[in-house]
Amino acid sequence: MPMGGPPPPPPQRAPELARFRMRTGSRLPDETFRYAMIACGLSVAVVLGLIFYELVVNSRLSLHQFGWRFFVSQTWDPVNDHFGALPFIYGTIVSSIVALVLAVPLGVGVALFITEMCPQRLRGILSFSTELLAAIPSVIYGLWAIFVLVPILRLYIEPGLMRYFGWTGLFEGPPYGIGMLAAGIVLAIMVVPIISSLTREVLSAVPRNQREAALALGSTRWEMIRIGVLRNARAGILGAVILGLGRALGETMAVTMVIGNRPEIAKSLLAPGYTMASVIANEFTEATGRLYLSALVEIGLALFLVTIVVNALARLLVWSVTRGLPARVHAQ
Amino acid sequence: MAFQRGSMRNKAGARSEQISWMRRFEDHLFTALAVAAVLLVLLPLAAIFADLLKRGIGSINWAFLTRTPAPVGVPGGGMANAILGSGVILGIASAIGVPLGIGAGVFLSEYGRNRFGDAIRFTADVLNGVPSIVIGIVAYSLVVLRQRHFSALAGGVALGIMMVPTITRATEEMLLLVPVSVREAALGLGISRWRTTVSVTLRTSAAGIITGIMLAFARVAGETAPLLFTAFGSQFWSSNINQPIAALPLQIFVYAISPYDEWHRQAWAGALVLIALIVGTIAVVRLVASRGMMKGTA
Repeated sequence: MPMGGPPPPPPQRAPELARFRMRTGSRLPDETFRYAMIACGLSVAVVLGLIFYELVVNSRLSLHQFGWRFFVSQTWDPVNDHFGALPFIYGTIVSSIVALVLAVPLGVGVALFITEMCPQRLRGILSFSTELLAAIPSVIYGLWAIFVLVPILRLYIEPGLMRYFGWTGLFEGPPYGIGMLAAGIVLAIMVVPIISSLTREVLSAVPRNQREAALALGSTRWEMIRIGVLRNARAGILGAVILGLGRALGETMAVTMVIGNRPEIAKSLLAPGYTMASVIANEFTEATGRLYLSALVEIGLALFLVTIVVNALARLLVWSVTRGLPARVHAQ
Repeated sequence: MAFQRGSMRNKAGARSEQISWMRRFEDHLFTALAVAAVLLVLLPLAAIFADLLKRGIGSINWAFLTRTPAPVGVPGGGMANAILGSGVILGIASAIGVPLGIGAGVFLSEYGRNRFGDAIRFTADVLNGVPSIVIGIVAYSLVVLRQRHFSALAGGVALGIMMVPTITRATEEMLLLVPVSVREAALGLGISRWRTTVSVTLRTSAAGIITGIMLAFARVAGETAPLLFTAFGSQFWSSNINQPIAALPLQIFVYAISPYDEWHRQAWAGALVLIALIVGTIAVVRLVASRGMMKGTA
């Protein structure tokens, strides 16, 4: 780089930048580079904005036609151009709840075991295993669920549930195997690694002296975990759970393959259902008519907005615990 | 003896008399529950890999890897076009996602230590959580509607968008690991700031950034939902980016929900190929990451 050019005008930015600039001849390449990088950074925000814009524009027809009724109407009748999203919203919420009920204790349990109880040697293997679980594509979970999980559910688990828990009304009707319960179980397997890896991040952010203080008071290991660790980490764990919820709400392929795809609201978890993501996946390419397509895009818009809120909330909660601590990054 | 049994892992050295049996029971109970949770989570993992191997390996042969799909009822045929198609789509996705992701990561670490940077960081995290099917809709309206037909390009755009946030955050984390003194040393030699970033900071952390890119790659390689109405799938050998194209995950999906046994077998074989690709990528990443400075990033 050329030296000894005319000194640049007094910099107005941060003093560290001023120091960096002292010897450079021309500021033009630097400024160009800086703006290029800012453009890249901005592109992330632009993409998010664009997603929102495209969804709104393409669902305008349906937004005008149905208004708020779209979300409370149960009719999904493409032939007569009547569209209501309630069965899909119901299916999405119920399958996600089933998934969380199963995945939260498992995910938190795994995280606790890895961070607080596990022998050092096992730790690497276990974290690699949960990482693998997260890496399996949704479509492979679906494939496995169709040919392995669903038969097991149909032959063994669902009849058992009907016999012992039939009185709750949650397990009624013919045990098809496919249905809400199958979708919830597959979702749970997919969500566990998210919950456990984030929970681990949060748990390791809890200061060591909290644990030592609990132990010094004579507590057992579980009491140490309960008092010293979980109490400090609960906001972050809640964040991890909500992030898992976000994933469950938007998950498409595996759910589509096992939930049965019938737009009905049934109390029984054994009955087939339908989710917002599945209806888009199944019907988007077949949607004839602009209102039909527009209704599907509106479901996408609703899904987008919900996951944005859920993710933002989860991030804030996780940050509330790990903030200020160099969790994985040791900056400077 | 009694002292040892009672002392548990308690470094403070509490005696057994001080820990009632209730508390000891509770401690053991929750330890057992945590172990049970681990086993319950490992069970499906082991089952999935065992089933993939058991059902997939028999159908993988030379024809499967080199032929295009055969019509229903005709035995044989393979997924060569789907493997090629996945390659084309992932190539387009990387061409879009990698430069944007790295650029955004450089921005966050070198120029983004302020509120604006925080906002972008937050946006990237939120974008990471947007369901893939929604990104598919957007790629459809941005590319497919303009081109008036499904195309590999549209699929690549969808997956490219999905790669950006992962690469961005990985790049930022890696760049932050480079000590400020290294930057200062470069600047002290009179090297301009942009050159410092490109030739010193980025180069120092190249291994970590490549790790991040490969993880993002592995993540989108198995994505199916956004390809349903962008790449759409095809039964023919094609690498034209302006035409509908087959993709491995898409083919697995179509075959899995079909009523034909032969197609089910092919779906398992395709799934085995896909998982081998993904696990292979991750294994390479782990291997690189476990060597030296990049520990803990994978």
